[in-house]
Amino acid sequence: MSADESIEAAPAETFAIGISFGNSNSSIAYTSGEGKAEVIANEEGDRQIPSFLSYIEGEEYHGAQAKSQLVRNSKNTVAYFRDYIGKDFDSIDPTPCHASAHAQKHESTIAFSVQDTNSDSPSTLSVSEIATRHIRRLASSASDFLGKKVNAAVLTIPTNFSDEQKEALSESAKNAGIEILQFISEPVAAVLAYDARAEAIISDKIVVVADLGGIRSDVAVVASRGGMYSILSTAHDYETAGTQLDQVLIDHFAKEFIKKHKTDPRQNERSLAKLKLEAEATKKALSLGSSASLSVESLADGVDFSSTINRTRYELLGGKVFSGFIRLIEEAVRKADLDVLDINEVILSGGTSHTPLIARRLTSLFPQTTNILSPSTLASALNPSELPSRGAAIQASLISAYDPSDIAQNTHPALTATPHLSRAIGVLVISDSESRGVFKPLLEAETAVPARRAGLFAVPGGGGDVLVKVCEGQREIKVSKPEPKSKSKPQVNGKAGSEDDGDEDDDEDEEEEEEEEIRETIWKVGTVLAEAAIRATKKGAKVEVTVNVGADLGVTITAREVGGKGGVRGQLLEKGGGGRENGSA
Amino acid sequence: MAAVQVQLPLPVLPEGWSAEKDFKAIGTLSPATQRNIEPVGPHFLAHARRKRHRRTFSEDDRIQAQENVKKVEDDDAGEISEPEDQMMLQRDAKDWKVFYKIFAKLSPRPNLILRLFFPTVLLLTNHSQGQDHYAVLGLSRHRYRATESQIKTAHRKKVLRHHPDKRAATGSSEDDSFFKCIQKATEVLLDPIKRRQFDSVDENADVEPPSKKEAQKKGWFKCWGPVFESEGRFSKDQPVPRLGGNESTKEDVERFYNFWYNFDSWRSFEYQDEDVPDDNENRDQKRHIEKKNNNARKKKKTEDTARLRSLVDECLAGDERIKKFKQQERAGKNKRRGEKEEAEKKLKEDKIKAQAEAERLKKEAEEAAKAEKAEGKKAKEAAKNAAKKNKRVLKSSVKDVNYLLPEGEAAAGPKRVDEVLNDVDLVMTKIDNEELASLAGKLGGAKGVDAVASVWAEETKRLVGAGKLKDGEVRTLI
Ligand SMILES: Nc1ncnc2c1ncn2[C@@H]1O[C@H](COP(=O)(O)OP(=O)(O)O)[C@@H](O)[C@H]1O
Repeated sequence: MSADESIEAAPAETFAIGISFGNSNSSIAYTSGEGKAEVIANEEGDRQIPSFLSYIEGEEYHGAQAKSQLVRNSKNTVAYFRDYIGKDFDSIDPTPCHASAHAQKHESTIAFSVQDTNSDSPSTLSVSEIATRHIRRLASSASDFLGKKVNAAVLTIPTNFSDEQKEALSESAKNAGIEILQFISEPVAAVLAYDARAEAIISDKIVVVADLGGIRSDVAVVASRGGMYSILSTAHDYETAGTQLDQVLIDHFAKEFIKKHKTDPRQNERSLAKLKLEAEATKKALSLGSSASLSVESLADGVDFSSTINRTRYELLGGKVFSGFIRLIEEAVRKADLDVLDINEVILSGGTSHTPLIARRLTSLFPQTTNILSPSTLASALNPSELPSRGAAIQASLISAYDPSDIAQNTHPALTATPHLSRAIGVLVISDSESRGVFKPLLEAETAVPARRAGLFAVPGGGGDVLVKVCEGQREIKVSKPEPKSKSKPQVNGKAGSEDDGDEDDDEDEEEEEEEEIRETIWKVGTVLAEAAIRATKKGAKVEVTVNVGADLGVTITAREVGGKGGVRGQLLEKGGGGRENGSA
Repeated sequence: MAAVQVQLPLPVLPEGWSAEKDFKAIGTLSPATQRNIEPVGPHFLAHARRKRHRRTFSEDDRIQAQENVKKVEDDDAGEISEPEDQMMLQRDAKDWKVFYKIFAKLSPRPNLILRLFFPTVLLLTNHSQGQDHYAVLGLSRHRYRATESQIKTAHRKKVLRHHPDKRAATGSSEDDSFFKCIQKATEVLLDPIKRRQFDSVDENADVEPPSKKEAQKKGWFKCWGPVFESEGRFSKDQPVPRLGGNESTKEDVERFYNFWYNFDSWRSFEYQDEDVPDDNENRDQKRHIEKKNNNARKKKKTEDTARLRSLVDECLAGDERIKKFKQQERAGKNKRRGEKEEAEKKLKEDKIKAQAEAERLKKEAEEAAKAEKAEGKKAKEAAKNAAKKNKRVLKSSVKDVNYLLPEGEAAAGPKRVDEVLNDVDLVMTKIDNEELASLAGKLGGAKGVDAVASVWAEETKRLVGAGKLKDGEVRTLI
């Protein structure tokens, strides 16, 4: 770090961690000495800590212990409250809290009525207070683990969190003794978690982050350019998430139970709570094994219930929900004005992303060239549940030495609002198949400026004088019908696989049988920006072309023979015409 | 970032390419998009460090910087907000199903009848199976056009308002019947198959064909255009050609009717099925109802095809453009016929004209020939006369000089006169008129016997030289 940014030692040394604060689960992480992010387990050994608080006889339970109270003590258990922070009652969906302490209108915010002390009357706990208690527990788990008092954090939030929500969350954290150094968005934290690995190579790529959680799913399309990230689009769905998959299993087992015992366990709150907890466990087990069991003691009317289900059946039953995830991802890609062919990487994040079927569906949605980063498709994938907290921990380690005002300045729109190239910039080369020029991009579209990229280009057979033609390029999707009878598998499956819903409707499937068309991206050469000549190149020489776009969108192009003398350097015309000085480099 | 390696070669520099310092600036960059970069990660921090240069930014900078930044989050508020009716809120999802089912058996337009019987109610929940799913979500104006994200947003809005827990929290009864309607609506509309089934019988998206009077009053295109726009929602082929307007070309209009006469519809009628009992007790009855449903679907589908056909017929029959095109065609034909007659007439006239012309020319030629002939006669006569005159000159020339006898000689005797005149005659037979004239000219100018004699001698010599006279044939003139 440069001298001007080193700061006076703060009164109390900042000790920061990364926190992912989810509606269903939270996760805490820190970076070890070598800059590696590690996720911390709490006292019970959980790395995924349910964002639950429960009170029994004045005692506070947190995490998994609190969650298990949904059966016996649901009224004094607070769950799924993260999204309520900083909101008013009219603008929230109370559905997730239906099986625990209900959300209530309280002054301008939301509160829960909970018997949290030994007194006779319940207290009204505002959502901010609940958040404070939750963060306090998380911080204390981290402090215990690290042996040092944690007093600051980088916290992840959804991309659509409002300023009021951030403010309220910041306030809650402060009351828990935690200074929020910076909020970072969940999808970007996930990208950073992957990019910060030692083996990662920074490249220009378009990344889809699918954060599939418990009560909401969020997808973001992120342009990753030279290690900088710009969100191109987002899509949110509050009806397609882990809970809906739990429901699929709940309904399945309930039906089985009804068949045997003529009573519906879903009609009784307690039975339903039991079944729900067990169904979730079964669902998680199905992410690993090809079948899983479920057993509930005294499910209803004192009758024990146990059963098994195999993965295929589950995938069939959950078809509609799974299709919902896929459609949400497609929606986000569409909103970014992109095609599935443009996506280089899909990061599966969030608990539900453990589900193998989702990764499988994505493998057929995207072309083979797209990397699907999920446990079932990539051995070296990170745990989807841990991505946001890891990213947050890395960011915390990057900025914890900064002065708070410096951090505020760094997140200032004057620094973040940046022109992005609307077209790729590249060089024309000769392809072996076509005699016409082929566009090779150096700077991709959606690259923030300033930016500079270089390429090394071959010269024709015997060397000699060569032309460096710098152009804008636009990618287009070329659709063609496959060669009749050709056996080769089309590059891309335009549609998600047809292992569709368990819907028994006899709709015509014939259209699915139609031959899939081949879709590919091609570059269309746009505006020619500049031409330069490199003279008398040697046989087998390489020509290095560098395109540098300044913060003011001024473009400088240099070209030279590698190992040769001199070279050419010039600048593009300014928008209003009027050339700039050209000269030799 | 590391330089990319490109194996494909750069092109050879074209012959004659030249530029100052070997660089030519040609175009300018396309306009850039203003976006927020995420203030996250080591590369951003480096970027921030470079961009800040020790300066700090103010609130004004913030406002300015954010001005043109492209938004990535949708506005949650927005177009979808329709007023809710108290009556609607009290509806139960099952309510109208019963009536609907009954009427569905009686008429292809059950809602129409429902509306007749229960006018107030139907303004609220006028839909198949008791519920207008779009109205419930506040999407009445969007209907089949609503996108999936619009439905999701609308649903969320309704949930935020009507969740029973919220009602309970605000003290009203924990009545969740409308909430169930919301859930039902969303379930149907977010399921592509169910939504199609529902859209198939969504009469509220129908646009009734206008009566003749209406069409006259409001404008035929204004009335019929929306009818086909709405029917077009059932088309497997999209986009659907539009009715167009008065200015549409014949091809467009033909394409429109062709499309509608060959309409490929996905419309189906499962939504109006009678419920099949889902218990296993009564298999026979179950099968019976299934069969009945199937037949009903088929029948409705056939009826719908026929309905559409007659709709297109009706539209076609009232389409003034068709008449216009026919008229134009007829006019075209008439015009062509007229043109043909005209041409024939002209041809005839031309022929007559040509004939007259030819005759005129002939006459002229004849006259010219005649004139020429006359002219020739005159000339000949003149020539004859001239020749006569010249011959007289010739004869008198010798007579005037005493028949070429030397001066002082006595008047020539008859013999001499004969000899000389015979010779003159002979010469005259050997020369043409021109030579005659020239000779006469010379003789006219000659005075005295010697001069005349020399002219004669010269002429005789010339004729001998030309082989016209034999030497000695003419003795007196030499
Ligand atoms: N291994 C697993 N397989 C399938 N689902 C899982 C697994 N682990 C967690 N989940 C589900 O993921 C959801 C929680 O995801 P998480 O990202 O923690 O949610 P949130 O973002 O709402 O806090 C729950 O529905 C949970 O059941």
